[in-house]
Amino acid sequence: MFAAENGLKGDPRLEAISRAIRVVPHFPKPGIMFQDITTLLLDHKAFKDTVEIFVDRYRDMDISVVAGVEARGFMFGPSIALAIGAKFVPLRKPRKLPGEVFSEEYVLEYGTDCLQMHVGAVQAGERAIVIDDLVATGGTLSAAIKLLERAGAEVVECGCVIGLPEVKGQRRLDGKPLYILVEPRDIDDCC
Amino acid sequence: MSAYKDKDPRIHGIKARIRVVPDFPKPGIMFQDITTLLLDPSAFKDTIDLFVERYKGRNISVVAGVEARGFIFGPPIALAIGAKFVPLRKPGKLPGQVISEKYVLEYGSDCLQMHVGAVEPDDRALVVDDLVATGGTLCAAINLLERVGAQVVECTCVIELPDLKGRERLNGKPLYVLVESH
Repeated sequence: MFAAENGLKGDPRLEAISRAIRVVPHFPKPGIMFQDITTLLLDHKAFKDTVEIFVDRYRDMDISVVAGVEARGFMFGPSIALAIGAKFVPLRKPRKLPGEVFSEEYVLEYGTDCLQMHVGAVQAGERAIVIDDLVATGGTLSAAIKLLERAGAEVVECGCVIGLPEVKGQRRLDGKPLYILVEPRDIDDCC
Repeated sequence: MSAYKDKDPRIHGIKARIRVVPDFPKPGIMFQDITTLLLDPSAFKDTIDLFVERYKGRNISVVAGVEARGFIFGPPIALAIGAKFVPLRKPGKLPGQVISEKYVLEYGSDCLQMHVGAVEPDDRALVVDDLVATGGTLCAAINLLERVGAQVVECTCVIELPDLKGRERLNGKPLYVLVESH
């Protein structure tokens, strides 16, 4: 569900966050309008507001785990975790985590990919959120949810800065609530 | 210089939370795993606080973090000190126009990239990564920032492996670390 539908309608912070995101056409391939959050990270106030909106939402929900998806989830997740007193758990591409891992394969447009989480990072019964910069088909987030559930955690929500049209109108992903700050922009919306 | 030597009381807890994984990614390497530090909210907060206390008020306008573990420590520091965060990434990840810096690995070479326009000539920059070993990656990061005219004020890492002498390879840039591992 979009933040604007959930109490933040007209919040000026959301507009500034949306404007701070750069659209790069035809990356990584023709036809894709890539939503580049690196320009958001250059805007200290907008970046701070992004984190604060998530923190305000999650601080009183008894969340003990913030799981961030490599690599752009690492740019938002830790700050949220620190502010709400939760641990941060990186969910990584294969062979990056040095210890024993759980692996979850997921489907791409062509072929498959794999997400991993350290065994022992999360305890059964912990309440977790998953953070990434963007949700498109939800394949990556689905894999993330499965990893956390395999460790016995309860995934309370998935939070993303941007939600692509595929998820518009969907309040849930695999039965888990989705919380999204902004919609993607087209290149023509840029000033 | 390292906070370990300064004997700040928080350092003991931070060092204790770093897990050493033998023979990763290959036999003979004792891998310094910071993911266990991130599982202790109090120790992770202490880590960030130590960096923020050092850099707040020093007019740092850019925190550049090296992919991917630099992305975990860099943004919280940037947010706390009022700086922008700039990710330095492996090739092909950044969508816009980039500048590239090659650096040497034990076998072969790798490459670090930064978006054109992210950093400006009057920027004062801090480079952040989880660990410094040979210094090759930090050196590439320093070069990227200096090529666009920024001033690299310092490099900072959670962990240093002093035996690999990375400190000497930073073109005279100061290095600040929280813990050393021999």
